[in-house]
Amino acid sequence: MCSQKKNFTIGIELLRRMIKIRLTEETIAERYSEWKMRCPTHLCIGQEAVAAAVGLALRKDDFMMSTHRAHGHYLGKGGDLNKMLAEIYGKATGCSAGRGGSMHLIDKKVGFMGSTSIVGGTIPVGVGLGLSIKLREKDQVSCIFFGDAAIEEGVFYESVNFAVLKKLPVLFICENNLYSVYSPLKVRQPAGRKIYQMVQAMGCPSDQGDGNNAMEVYQKVSSAVAFIRKGEGPCFFEFLTYRWREHCGPNFDNNIGYRTEEEYLSWKDKDPICSLESHLLEQFPVSRKEIEEMQNSIHLEIKKAFEFAENSHFPQPQEATTNLYAGELT
Amino acid sequence: MMRCLTFVKAINEALVQAMEIDKSVICYGLGVDDPKGIFGTTLGLKEKFGEHRVFDMPTSENAMTGIAIGASLNGIRPVMSHQRLDFFLLAMDQLVNNAAKWHYMFGGQSFVPITIRLIIGRGWGQGPTHSQSLQAWFAHIPGLKVVMPTTPADAKGLLLSSIFDNNPVIYIEHRWLHNLEGDVPDGDFRIPLGKAKKLRNGNDISIVSMSYMTIEALHAVEILEKQGISCDLVDLCSLKPIDLAMVFGSVRKTGRLLALDTGPGTASIAGEVIARVSMECFGNLKQAPQRLAIPDFPTPTSPSLTKVFYKRAEDIVRVVGNMLRKNFQEGILGNLRNCSHDVPGAWFKGPF
Repeated sequence: MCSQKKNFTIGIELLRRMIKIRLTEETIAERYSEWKMRCPTHLCIGQEAVAAAVGLALRKDDFMMSTHRAHGHYLGKGGDLNKMLAEIYGKATGCSAGRGGSMHLIDKKVGFMGSTSIVGGTIPVGVGLGLSIKLREKDQVSCIFFGDAAIEEGVFYESVNFAVLKKLPVLFICENNLYSVYSPLKVRQPAGRKIYQMVQAMGCPSDQGDGNNAMEVYQKVSSAVAFIRKGEGPCFFEFLTYRWREHCGPNFDNNIGYRTEEEYLSWKDKDPICSLESHLLEQFPVSRKEIEEMQNSIHLEIKKAFEFAENSHFPQPQEATTNLYAGELT
Repeated sequence: MMRCLTFVKAINEALVQAMEIDKSVICYGLGVDDPKGIFGTTLGLKEKFGEHRVFDMPTSENAMTGIAIGASLNGIRPVMSHQRLDFFLLAMDQLVNNAAKWHYMFGGQSFVPITIRLIIGRGWGQGPTHSQSLQAWFAHIPGLKVVMPTTPADAKGLLLSSIFDNNPVIYIEHRWLHNLEGDVPDGDFRIPLGKAKKLRNGNDISIVSMSYMTIEALHAVEILEKQGISCDLVDLCSLKPIDLAMVFGSVRKTGRLLALDTGPGTASIAGEVIARVSMECFGNLKQAPQRLAIPDFPTPTSPSLTKVFYKRAEDIVRVVGNMLRKNFQEGILGNLRNCSHDVPGAWFKGPF
């Protein structure tokens, strides 16, 4: 395939994944006030590019670990939409059978090995998956998503240190969206620090990129994945991006005073989906109508997924006391 | 075939056999391949199984626990060793938030077969941060299993079962048991988790114990026997799941309970034993159950301050005597002690 045609295919697939993440989350936001999704829910609207691009750059059998803000990562990796929504609705058909909710997603069929809520908590788990890949002499990659606040956790340094020490096949992806809940980066990390440079100094090849430019993220991460797959050790990326809505929940919160409307609007101007759409319309033989058709079919898929979630059964109350321990395996 | 082995050698043998049985078993921890080999328990493993499966680690208890979890999600069975339990407290996040919950919170799809060896220090000034008996912390967390072997045979049998269990198991060793000798079966010898052991049969009182306190209890039972008091001695072996059936059976027979603990009394395993016995066997009890544990204080360092801090056979004899309203003659302890209170025996020369 010539590179122009390949870029077109990639661009369209990135757009498809980003639109799916965006529309899914916008529907969650619209319907959250029905009080049927009864768990803390962290939306990644505005940050779709990194999730879609990293997911596309990885193979299905590569591993992925994520955080409390996991919907995009899960869908970007190809996770089952029905099971994700059913999980948020607390249903037995949910990907974690109703035990986890929005913050504890899993789809092992596509290598999405789990997301958890404790900041930095899945970083060593992803490194451990990297160790297992090396011990089993496979060519998989273990990808770990985390935010800028995880850089402040001790376990981050411990994990990077070990991954570098053992040259493990680990892809560290830091989505820097400038805030940890309402706390801006400037009260948490010294002015002038470049996270990726600090990690570079730990011996891990590192780079920074525009997290709202899906094509750029895809290109950078794809090269790194090839490098990691060859057994060259871990890589780290810091991608700059921005969450549009409140830390947790369906609303906008620019009015409460921790960030300005102007800042929000300046990032909204850099909407990763609009940017990619414009790029594709300018550079490739695709029409707005074709993109709208894509959106419509995704809309339909999401509508059906919400129906699946709503119509699924709740787990029985007595099921709360099953699966404490894993039994003997055959 | 039975051979006489030390507790240390029994652990070493269990590790070797586990690694021979299953090549997904790996072993790491600070000092596992150093010249001392975690008090001898890991000696020779690297030479036998190679540096990929047996390795020293960065001083990063929390991440290395998470790394064990991650590796286990892809079929590896890690065994981590910590020379003192106290250092492992840095890893409570990974243990409690991830290891204990992973199987449950993802709907039973994944499991975390990891074994974490923790060693409790005692004596020779181990002090506040090298001697904590925190088994109750671990037992409190749903999803963990907790074992505390007493004899060399238990050490081997419970370690093999822990490694091949599909759940996170906290395997707690008492440093004063490491040199204990006893008969140990050869081969793939496993003791099921969750089963207690009856070490002595008697009718007057049930003594429920764990780990090193069981050794003190064995001395006490012998002394009491000479005074005409027969004790039923239950060694819990597993604290989670806990074999309450054996405890209840014993108390229903004797009508009296003394629960021992290596840790502080409040919210302890001994407290749990008393609570459950009170709930289930209240009608069988002839008197209020008693508990013997260390004080609710940090452990001091000076040999002077530890003299009465730890509970020993003579304390057990005294409490049982009080419960049974016996006035023992002076000198019943005989030559129980021939060394200072802060070493396990006169022969002991460290390391600590």
